Amino acid sequence: MKNIRVIPRLDIKGPNLVKGVHLEGLRVLGDPSRFAKFYYENGADEIIYQDTVASLYDRNSLTEIINKTAKEIFIPLTVGGGIRDMSDIHNVLRAGADKVSINTAAVRNPDFVNQASQFYGSSTIVIAMECLRKNDGDYYIFTDNGREETGTEALNWALEVESRGAGEIFLTSIDKEGTGKGFDVELISKISNNVSIPVVAHGGASKYDHIKDVVFSGKADAVSIASMLHYGIASSIKSEQENSEGNIEFLKSNSNYKNFEAIEITSLKKMMAQDGINVRH
Amino acid sequence: MRVSIIDYKTSNLHSVKAACEQVGITSRITSKPNELLSSDAAILPGVGSFSGAMQNIRKLGLEEAILNFVSSGKSLFGICLGLQLLFEKSEEFGTHEGLSLLRGKVKKFDFSNENKHKYPVPQIGWNKIISKNQNWQDTYLDNCDEGTHMYFIHSFYVEPEDEAVILSTSVYGNQRYCSSIKKENIFATQFHPEKSGHKGLEIYRSFKNYLSINV
Repeated sequence: MKNIRVIPRLDIKGPNLVKGVHLEGLRVLGDPSRFAKFYYENGADEIIYQDTVASLYDRNSLTEIINKTAKEIFIPLTVGGGIRDMSDIHNVLRAGADKVSINTAAVRNPDFVNQASQFYGSSTIVIAMECLRKNDGDYYIFTDNGREETGTEALNWALEVESRGAGEIFLTSIDKEGTGKGFDVELISKISNNVSIPVVAHGGASKYDHIKDVVFSGKADAVSIASMLHYGIASSIKSEQENSEGNIEFLKSNSNYKNFEAIEITSLKKMMAQDGINVRH
Repeated sequence: MRVSIIDYKTSNLHSVKAACEQVGITSRITSKPNELLSSDAAILPGVGSFSGAMQNIRKLGLEEAILNFVSSGKSLFGICLGLQLLFEKSEEFGTHEGLSLLRGKVKKFDFSNENKHKYPVPQIGWNKIISKNQNWQDTYLDNCDEGTHMYFIHSFYVEPEDEAVILSTSVYGNQRYCSSIKKENIFATQFHPEKSGHKGLEIYRSFKNYLSINV
């Protein structure tokens, strides 16, 4: 069996790590580079930074965060959010990212996928697909953190970006994201079974069984999780967040998010290995 | 001791430099042949396409410089595409000639007989390295254990003509492929040690220790 990666996803707004529900309703959790370092030391296979408001604000703080993180963690770092053109890719890579994740710009201009993968190599270009299931039962692509509907059917888009040179697909179910109701296994397996590039499953994990399920039934090559990991450690470093901007009521309230089974990567990987999933641990 | 990270303008060298810094290697990123030749050791990194990389290496006058550097006996450490470029030719979009420091060619993973998604290409993720013909003692793998996981991200692998240069192999799908080589003063890995966590940094540390003894 191929090796399955566990990839913490860190949503970033300004200088902060945040977490939302359905890609919205953000809560502040802390300094992203501290979380990234913690996950690296705990056996994360890669890290993903997603700038949640990149298309709306300036990006200086993101560059600083990437720069700092890249000096401290020695696993791959993917950065997404607001990558519009070749110079954005250049800047993010120069700041220290290893891969970039592109959604909106690829949908608006599919040739951008060819251009980017030819210049930087397929392995640098990740296509983020944010999908929502519609009444007809099919999945469609949304952009701008789930705000804009595109009318593009998900599997067709997956096949198209693969043929245009994308190296990997980062697949989010907007329906499930932040809800803790489990991955959308139907969506994940539909895409995985039809492309020959790796698929990273994201959105909805709140307990171990969800992860096991998306690997065995969804055929995911990697699982990206956020809440399960973040909520477990957020409280231990919250004292440093007193000066943070944004909605920190959640942190102050000292509440664990009760829908989520907090887990550390080390123990998660042990459980996966016991179930016969090939992981690095 | 000074290490040059060879920059042929197609990839992110930041992580290689950060790994050097982490273990205390003084490095500089350079595209200049004379700077390369005046350094004590060099790293040839690389992400991207074989033909594009070779074009840039030639355009920057680095081909001859790399060949001279190696024949002077100094250490060259190749990573990923930097391993593949050492060989004679690649099958990527037609046939392209490489640096030919080692005999053999670069091939693409082909699992077309398998289920479509069983073994995705590129291989992205961790895989074990397994010793082959050479002992890892006195190589930069001296602190790695048999079966250590390293981070790979590639669609192509090298097939050396002289199997004696193979330091480790790895298995992906039904394909056993060469994951690192050593020949005299050349050491190169298909995986990315700078992306392979603490174990990967051990390779940089051994690189440094070896240089401190030999420079």
